[in-house]
Amino acid sequence: MARRTGPFIRLRQWRRSSIAPAFARSARTASGNRLPGVLKWAGPASTLVSTPVLTGCSDWQSALHAHGANARAILDLIWSFGAVAAITWLLVMLALTMALFHHRRVRAAPPPLRTDNHQERRFGRAVGSAVASTVLVLAALTITSFFAGKSIASLSGKETLTVRITGHQWWWEIRYPNDDPSRTIVTANEIHLPVGEPVKVELDSTDVIHSFWVPSLAGKRDLIPGRPSELTLVADKPGTYRGQCAEFCGYQHAHMAITVVAESRKAFDAWRSRQDAVAVAPAGDEERRGQQAFLSTGCALCHAVRGTAASGTIGPDLTHLASRRALAADTLAMTPGALAAWIADPQSTKPGAKMPRIDLSADDLNAVATYLGSLE
Amino acid sequence: MKQRPVADVSHLPTYDFGAASPMWWGTLAFIALEATGFALGIGTYFYLAVLATHWPIGAPAPDLLPGTAILIILLASLIPNHLVELWARRQDLAKVRIGIVVMSIAGILPLIVRVWEFPALRITWDQNAYGSIVWFLLGLHTSHLLTDVGDTIVLAVLMFTQQGKAGRRFSDVSDNAFYWDFVVVSWVVLYLVIYWFPRM
Amino acid sequence: MSGTTGTAAGQEQDEGVKGVRDTGLEAARRRAYLAHAWQTPKGLYGWLVTVDHKLIGRRYIVTAFLFLVLAGLSALAMRFQLATPEAGHIGPDFYNQLFTMHGTTMMFLFAVPVMEAFAIYLVPLMIGTRNVAFPRLNAFSYWVYLSGGLMIWIAFAFDTGADAGWFSYVPLTGPEYGIGKRPDFWAQMVTYTEVSALAVAVEIIATVFKQRAPGMTLDRIPIYVWSILVTAFVILFAMPAVMVSSTMLILDRLVGTKFFDPAAGGDALLWQHLFWFFGHPEVYIIFIPAVGFVSAILPTFVRRPVFGYLGIVLSLIAIGFLSFGLWVHHMFATGLPQLGESFFTASSMMIAIPSGIQIFCWIATIWGGRPIFATPLLFVLGFIFTFVIGGLTGVMVASVPLDLQVHDTYFVVAHFHYVLIGGAVFPLLGAVYYWFPKITGRMLSERLGRWNFWLVFVGFNFTFFPMHILGLQGMPRRVYTYPPASGWGEINLFISISSLVVFIGFALFFLNILLSLRNGRIAGDNPWGASTLEWATTSPPPSYDFSRLPVVAHREPLWAEPDILPVVEGLRVDAREVLGSTVADAVPQLRVPSADNSIWPLLSALAVGGAFLGSIYTPWAVVWGAIPVSIGFICWFWPKGEPEDEE
Repeated sequence: MARRTGPFIRLRQWRRSSIAPAFARSARTASGNRLPGVLKWAGPASTLVSTPVLTGCSDWQSALHAHGANARAILDLIWSFGAVAAITWLLVMLALTMALFHHRRVRAAPPPLRTDNHQERRFGRAVGSAVASTVLVLAALTITSFFAGKSIASLSGKETLTVRITGHQWWWEIRYPNDDPSRTIVTANEIHLPVGEPVKVELDSTDVIHSFWVPSLAGKRDLIPGRPSELTLVADKPGTYRGQCAEFCGYQHAHMAITVVAESRKAFDAWRSRQDAVAVAPAGDEERRGQQAFLSTGCALCHAVRGTAASGTIGPDLTHLASRRALAADTLAMTPGALAAWIADPQSTKPGAKMPRIDLSADDLNAVATYLGSLE
Repeated sequence: MKQRPVADVSHLPTYDFGAASPMWWGTLAFIALEATGFALGIGTYFYLAVLATHWPIGAPAPDLLPGTAILIILLASLIPNHLVELWARRQDLAKVRIGIVVMSIAGILPLIVRVWEFPALRITWDQNAYGSIVWFLLGLHTSHLLTDVGDTIVLAVLMFTQQGKAGRRFSDVSDNAFYWDFVVVSWVVLYLVIYWFPRM
Repeated sequence: MSGTTGTAAGQEQDEGVKGVRDTGLEAARRRAYLAHAWQTPKGLYGWLVTVDHKLIGRRYIVTAFLFLVLAGLSALAMRFQLATPEAGHIGPDFYNQLFTMHGTTMMFLFAVPVMEAFAIYLVPLMIGTRNVAFPRLNAFSYWVYLSGGLMIWIAFAFDTGADAGWFSYVPLTGPEYGIGKRPDFWAQMVTYTEVSALAVAVEIIATVFKQRAPGMTLDRIPIYVWSILVTAFVILFAMPAVMVSSTMLILDRLVGTKFFDPAAGGDALLWQHLFWFFGHPEVYIIFIPAVGFVSAILPTFVRRPVFGYLGIVLSLIAIGFLSFGLWVHHMFATGLPQLGESFFTASSMMIAIPSGIQIFCWIATIWGGRPIFATPLLFVLGFIFTFVIGGLTGVMVASVPLDLQVHDTYFVVAHFHYVLIGGAVFPLLGAVYYWFPKITGRMLSERLGRWNFWLVFVGFNFTFFPMHILGLQGMPRRVYTYPPASGWGEINLFISISSLVVFIGFALFFLNILLSLRNGRIAGDNPWGASTLEWATTSPPPSYDFSRLPVVAHREPLWAEPDILPVVEGLRVDAREVLGSTVADAVPQLRVPSADNSIWPLLSALAVGGAFLGSIYTPWAVVWGAIPVSIGFICWFWPKGEPEDEE
C-alpha cells in the first residue's frame, strides 16, 4: 500500500523519520552548514503534544470525566441508560440460556408440528408481557432523556460572555467580540473561560462541516457553513480541557484539536487584557531579523500580527502565539524547537495542512522562530 | 421426493391484463420508485423555498405558456391513451395500430414544446439553487417522457410486424398505457409546483 | 384478481392445448424436456447470457463475498495504522480512502447485494417457481453491480478512491473541496449500483406477489420470504433518495448547479436529509433479511415451527415503515429544536419494540423446541447475543442529549458494528452454512464451522466491545491517528490484535468453503430435515428448479407431508413457463412464459455503465451514451419469435 502515487507518498516517508532529522535536513540544505542552536531545540519538537500542555485539573478529553453542567447531565444519562441496557441484556441472555437448556434431560424430540396449546398460550403471555415491559422501559428512558435535554437547554440565556468560533480546515479561529470592533480579540485553537460562568459559543464554518466537541464540558455541535449555531459552555472548576473536531473534515481531521482553559474571573480578565494588546515589538536583533523575514517571505499573506503590517486572515492570528499552549491545533507542544520545526516543514507534521513549506535560509528560519516565540 | 398431481393448469391463459399480469406489477413497482424520486425532488424544491428569503431566487416566475401547452397536450392525450388501452384489452389489432401511432405523436409533441420550456424558466441551472432545482425537476420529467415515448414507438413498430399478432403484445400495450398515465399525472403535479407555487 | 381474464382465457381454450405439457409425461422424458428448455449454454457464452436465478444468485453471492474480503482488508490496514498512537504506516490521504472504501464497499457492494443475492437464489425455490419474474432484469442487475463495484475499486487502485466517507458530506465532496475526481467516482458508482438494487427489488416484489405456488396464501409465506418482500419495498422507497442526492452532487460538481452551495441559496444540510432518508432505511435493508434468515434457520434446528408467525411478520412490516421516520437520528449534532428532539428520540426508540417482539418470539421458539447445536444455530445464537447489545446501544444513541456525546465517536462505531456484524453478518454466515448444501449439493465441515464460529464470535466481541469505551473516552471516528497522551493506545492495540482473530475466523470460513466444495459430505435433498419448499427439490436444484411445480397446503409443507409433494400439471415443458397466481390467495391464474437466455442484459449494463463512467468527465456522455443504451434495451425487449409468442 505504500506504492501509491500522489503527493503524499513523499510525506508518508518523511513522516516515518522523526521531525528532528527532517528539520535538520532542511536547515542544512538551506545554509550549507549546521546550526547547533536550532538542532538543540529540534530535539523536543519530535515529542508531539504530551503532558506538559495539560496542567492543572486535566483529563484527556473524555465524556466520562464531566466538569460542566452540560456534560454532567449527559454523563448521568449515559450511566442510567447503560445500567438499563446491561440489566436488559442480562435478562434476555438468562431467558435464552434457560430456553436452550431447560429440557436437556428429555431425550426424544416430538414430531415438529406437534405443539402444546397450553404451552403456546403461556408463550403468548410471556412474549406479551416482555413487549409491555419493553414499552414501559422505553417510555421511562424517553422521559429521562427529555429532562436531561431540558436541563441542558436551560443553561442558555444566562451567558456572561460570548465566544465566536469559526471552523477552518484544520484549525479553530476564535474571537471574543467587543462592542468596539477594533478591540475584538482574535486568536486560535485555545479558548479561555471564567470558571462557573455560562459562556455562549457561537459556531460557524467557512469551508466544510466541522464539529465542536469538548467532551468534559458539553456534547458536540456541528459547524455548518451557512448555518450558524450556538452552544452554552460552563466549566465547574479551573483546568484545561481538550476538545477535538468530531465531524470528518478532510486530511487533518485527526489533528484539529482545541484547548479550553477555565480559570478564575481574575485570571481570565488578565488574560483578556493581555490578548487585547498589540504584539510586543522585537526586543533584540534576532527578533528584528525574524520580524523582517516574517513580513517579507510571505508569512504575512496568511497570518496577522496586530501592531505590524502583517494582516493576513487565511491562517491563525499570531499576535500572541507564544501565549498559547500548543501549536497547529494541538498537534505540537509550544516549545521553541517545535515552533522551528513546524515553520521549517509543516507538511511533515501535518500532511495536507494548508500551510505550505516556505524555503527560508537557516538563519532566517531561526530568526522567525525566535521572533514568533517572543510573541507572548 | 415423490409427487402427487393435485391440479391441472393446462387451460390457463398465458397472458392477461392489469393486476393479473406480472409485468403490470413490475410497471407499478417502477412507477412507485420513480414517484419517490419525483417526491424527493419536489420535497427539495420546497425545502429550498422555505430556506430562501425570496422565492424564486433572483428570477421572475417562469413563463406560463410552454408548460401550460404541455399540460394541455398531456391531458388531451389521456383520451387516446385510454382508448388504446380499451382496444388492447379487446385485442382489436386494427384500432390498436391507429391508437399507438396517435400515442407516439402525443408523446413527441410535448418533447418538441419542451425545447421552449427550458428557456421559459427564465433562469439557468447554474445561477442559484432555485435554477438548479427547477432544471432538475424539468430534466427528470423529460427523461421520463423520453423513455416512455421510446417505449411507445418501439411498441408501435412491433404492432405493425408479425410480432404484433401475438396476444401478449396487447398486454404490453395496456401496461404502456398505464405508465403513460403516470407520466401525465406526474406532470400535473410538477406543473403546479414549478409554475403556480412561485405565483402564490 | 382481475375481471378481464374472460377474453384471454376464452381465446386460449378455443385454440386448444399448445406445446408439450407435463401432463402424463413420464418422469425421465419430462426432465429431459425441461432440461433442454431451461438450459444454459456451456462455456463462456453461457456464462454471459444465462438468466438462471441460481447461477446469477450464486455469482452475486461470490462477488459480494469478494468485496467483503476487499473491505475487510481495508479494515485490517486501518487497524494496523491505529494499533499505536502517532503511527506512520499510513498517511491521512490513504487512510481517508481506506475508511471510505471500507464503508462504501461494505454498505453498497457487500451487505445489500449479498442479501439480495440470497433472495435471488432462494425466493423462487422457497415459493415453488422456476425463476424470478423478470429474469433478464435480474441478469442486468448483476452486471450493473459487478461493473459498478469494479469501477470504484479500479479508481481506488489509481489513487482516485473515494475519500470523504461513505456518507460523502458536502461541502467536503462539493466542487470546492472535493479532491480530484474522487467524489465523482463515488457519486456515479453509487447511483449506478443502486440501479441494480432497485431492479432486484422490483423483480422480488413481482415474483413474490405473482409466482407463489398454488395454495401459498399470505399466511403460508415463509417468514424469510416475507422479510425479503418487506426489504424490497424499503429499497423501492429508500434508494431513490440516494440516487437523487448523488445526482445532485455530481451536477454541482460537473455543471455548476448550486444545490448545496449556501452562497447561492443551496444548503449543506439538504444533502444530509436526502442521504439519511436513504441511509437509515439502508441499515434495515441489511437487517430485515438477516432476521429472515434467523426465522428460517431457527425452526429447523429446534425442531418446531417458529412461535408467533403473525407477530414476527407484522414486526417486519412495522420495522419497514418505522425505518423511514428515523433519518434525523443521524443529524442530532446539527442542532434541533427541543420539541423535535423529543419526537425523534421517541420515534428512534420505537423501533426497538418490533425488534424486541422478534427476539422474544425466537426465545419462545427455542424454549418450546429441542435445540440441535449445529453451526447454523450457533450463528443464530451468536446473533442474539450480539444483536441485543447493538440494539440496546441503539436505544442509547436514540437519546438526543446522549447522542451528542457519543455521535461520531468510536462508541457509534461499536454500536453499528454490533448491529451490522452481529445483527446481519452472523445470520448471513449461518445462512451460508444452512443453504450451502442446497446450493452445492455438499455439506460444509461442522468441525471447521465450529472453529469458524468461535473465532469470529470471540474476535468480534473483543474487537468491537472495547470501542464503546474508547468512544466514551473521547476518541472520534475517522481519525488516521491519535496522540500518545490520549491514553487510547492500549485499548487500540488490543482491538487491533483482536481484529486478527476475526480475520483468522473468516479465513477458516473461506477455507471450509473451498475444502467442502470438493470433499464435503454429499447432502441429499433435505439434509437438515427442514420444512420449506427449497428442500423438496434436489441439491443442487436442476435448472428448472422443480420438475413439476409444488402445491402448498400448510405453512410448513415438508413437515406436514414429508414424503409426497403435491404438484400441479399441465405446464409446458418444451418452453420456459412458470405459474402465475393471485396476489393474496395464490390461486393459479396464468401460465407465464419466462424469458430465455440473452446477451442483451450484459450489453445494456455495459452501455449504461459506460454512460455513467463517461459522465464523470463530461456531461455529454449522458447524451451520446443514450444511443447505445437505447439500442441495448430495444434488442433486449424485442421479441424473437420464441415459442411463448405463438400463443
